[in-house]
Amino acid sequence: MADHPPTNYVKIWAILLVLLMISILGPELEIKIITLITAFGIAVVKAYMVAKYFMHIDVERKYVHYLLITGITFMLIFYFGTAPDVMKHEGQRWENIAAKSEVKRVMDLEAKKTQKSETDVHGQSKPHH
Amino acid sequence: MIGKPIATTREATGTPTGRLAVWWVIVSEIVIFGGILGSYIMHRIGHPEWAFEAAHTNTLAGSINTFVLLTSSLFAVLAHSAAEKGDGKKAAKLLYMTCLGGLIFLIVKSLEWSSEIAHGFTITKSTFWSFYYVAAGLHGLHVIAGMVLMLWIASLAKRNEELQRVELIGIYWHFVDLVWIFLFPLLYIAK
Amino acid sequence: MSEVQPSEAEHGHHDDHSQSEHHEQSFASKYLFSLDHKIIAQQYLWTGILMVLIGAFMVFVFRMQLAFPGQHVPGWGIVTQANYNSLVTNHGTIMIFWFAMPVLIASFGNFLIPLMIGCDDMVFPRINRLSYQVFLLSVIVLIASFLVPGGGFGGAWTAYPPLSAKSEYSMTNLGSSLWLIAVALEFVAFLLGGINFITTAMNSRAPGMKFTNIPIVVWMIVIASILFMASVGPLVAGAIMLLFDQQVGTGFFDPDKGGDPVLWQHLFWFFGHPEVYVVLLPAMGIVAEIITVFSRKKLFGYKTVLLTVIATGILSFFVWAHHQFIAGIDPRMANIFTVTTVLISIPIAEMIFLYIATLYGGSITLSVPMLWALAFLAEFLLGGSTGLFLGASGADIYFHDTYFVVAHFHYTFFPIAVIGFFAGFTYWFPKMYGKHLNERLGQIHFWITIIGFNLCFIPLFVLGSAGQHRRIYDYSNFPELATPGLQNLRVIATVGLIMTLVAQVFFFINLIVSFRNGRKASANPWNANTLEWVAPSPPPHGNFAEMPTCYRAPYEYSVPGRDKDYWPQNESS
Repeated sequence: MADHPPTNYVKIWAILLVLLMISILGPELEIKIITLITAFGIAVVKAYMVAKYFMHIDVERKYVHYLLITGITFMLIFYFGTAPDVMKHEGQRWENIAAKSEVKRVMDLEAKKTQKSETDVHGQSKPHH
Repeated sequence: MIGKPIATTREATGTPTGRLAVWWVIVSEIVIFGGILGSYIMHRIGHPEWAFEAAHTNTLAGSINTFVLLTSSLFAVLAHSAAEKGDGKKAAKLLYMTCLGGLIFLIVKSLEWSSEIAHGFTITKSTFWSFYYVAAGLHGLHVIAGMVLMLWIASLAKRNEELQRVELIGIYWHFVDLVWIFLFPLLYIAK
Repeated sequence: MSEVQPSEAEHGHHDDHSQSEHHEQSFASKYLFSLDHKIIAQQYLWTGILMVLIGAFMVFVFRMQLAFPGQHVPGWGIVTQANYNSLVTNHGTIMIFWFAMPVLIASFGNFLIPLMIGCDDMVFPRINRLSYQVFLLSVIVLIASFLVPGGGFGGAWTAYPPLSAKSEYSMTNLGSSLWLIAVALEFVAFLLGGINFITTAMNSRAPGMKFTNIPIVVWMIVIASILFMASVGPLVAGAIMLLFDQQVGTGFFDPDKGGDPVLWQHLFWFFGHPEVYVVLLPAMGIVAEIITVFSRKKLFGYKTVLLTVIATGILSFFVWAHHQFIAGIDPRMANIFTVTTVLISIPIAEMIFLYIATLYGGSITLSVPMLWALAFLAEFLLGGSTGLFLGASGADIYFHDTYFVVAHFHYTFFPIAVIGFFAGFTYWFPKMYGKHLNERLGQIHFWITIIGFNLCFIPLFVLGSAGQHRRIYDYSNFPELATPGLQNLRVIATVGLIMTLVAQVFFFINLIVSFRNGRKASANPWNANTLEWVAPSPPPHGNFAEMPTCYRAPYEYSVPGRDKDYWPQNESS
């Protein structure tokens, strides 16, 4: 069993809950950069805290860190090798016509809907990008 | 029941074999979830019109579930603490509480999904919903698997047997919690 | 990290327990539900051999169709287009997932790793048994896929959507899904097995066996397992998405529904490329063990071999899109992948050179295992070099999807899966079964196999260069490809295949003869150094009467000043 300094787990849990609150309230302000920082930035912080304090990654031997970082790195490699084809819909001498027309179709549909009525169909907050 | 082979008890790397194995499992799970979440992110960025579908996810349910999983993780690590001190009975109790958290998570999710399906947001309505159900569903399967293993380990811990496994199932459970920490903003907040 | 400390076992000491006393076990618990790594190795081995027979029958049928289109094939009948697609698909799938991986990794890994690192079993025997059970289930599901209405899946082992996703294209909705589920189950089995191999090799080494004293084949199988674990994730995700597309009607890979078929290709090949190194590495490990023993020489550059293997492993994650050069990927990505693909040939070639340097100046015995090992080096070098033509994206525009690719990957896969398997099997047969194989039959088997193999695939290089595309069941519809000259080449290739298949009869005769009357094998018939030769032949439950200690590196052969030309790892001086 890993030996580690005694941690106050309840305190960590409380901090995590506060972070959760912030990450839910932040996007309500509907400012994109704040949404990014609060929702995703805090997710990273929470993940780090769970890994460090609950999973005791910091008392594991170094190679465990390297293993996990390698796994994450491979994910990034996969992402950056695939995204240029899947995320973008055009590139050097190619164009994804099907995807582009799908995006256009739905955007036009939604634009028509907002023209028809001031609030959207479900009475929720306005659609935003 | 055959006794454990000598192989299981050796520790050439300084990490007990059980824990070493769990970390390798985590690595392979990172790559699986990384694959599906990466694919989702690519599509999501390329399809801004999915925001109209994403607006209909139930942020309240998602937030409750995040709270539930974080709390269950707390119980899991407290169980580990108890197991370290040799208190198998307490560890088992705390593992049962963790499992209860998992159960609440699944119940909230079923209610959430039934409501969404009833409103027509089925898996085939849009590829956004396809990703939503498959990614969260894969996560849910891991929750169920974790609960099953946890119940088994708790039943052994109650008798003060194999207490080192309490930490191991805890690590797995924290990982499941971690995946949800990322799923939550990806599926519920990014609107 | 290189210190080996036997830890205080949490549940009592077992260090003095040698062979575990077990009460009389029933046949079922001893052989069917065994927890012993050696029995599980046999289970994988014989299941793999059964599957290769099925895969070989499939190739016989479709090569007969190619050589004599439209004619009745003995043992099958007339081959329809759907038949052909399904045979080609399942031939590929079976050979990679149900032959190469089970015999090279699961079987040899299970058998060798505990023995070679000097312990009594795998770290998690019950997970080991579970991995075989899941594997067996995958076999059953795959065979079921051939028997359902619609027949077996015919969308190629690469299963590109929309062909594989939409039942109106695949024509066999149930068959496609069963195939996919079988592959997924096989992945689960190997993930479970991989955890055992990695953890056991990392943690359970004998005292004194630091990292640089581990035999190369153990390193190779462990690194292969790591590559597998790190690369299969996205494909598992993709398989789930494809299954939903097939059965539920989602559109993950359907552009009309907001999906993207190119995503599947990336998900598949991100795994598919490291996968070929997953099977290559164990074969190279086997060859390393054999060439050192039969040239009585140290491995030239042990540490360098390790570093090149690790470099190959890491690089293998950066080359995958070379399978997709003409699929419509961004040409700028194609440039990057060309560079990495050509780069990866360097460490692999380096490894081959190190092996050749090992052989140089050695006292070579051309035993049957050595013949197979040498053939591996020659054939794989040829196959690997032809990969360079395909890795260059410009040339690949012509070669992609032609028989040039087929010839290239068979010149790599056949040495890996077949030659590598026979090399290992003939080398470790005495250890596994306590008897020797017949040398003469082994030589006949070897030569006819090699001649047949080359006769089959060299024509395919020519056909590919002439522009023959893959996955076409009858070339008479293509005037430029239906010339008598090219058709003759197809017939020659089929003759070569039949020769290779007939050669295997000698292998099976050898098995029967040797199991019955084979010369009894001592513990160390090849005078080798590694720890598996310390145990009796075959090793009993628990492997060693007394757990060995490791005193030196594994390849101390022909050390000057010693009277014996080998120096076992467990001998203290």
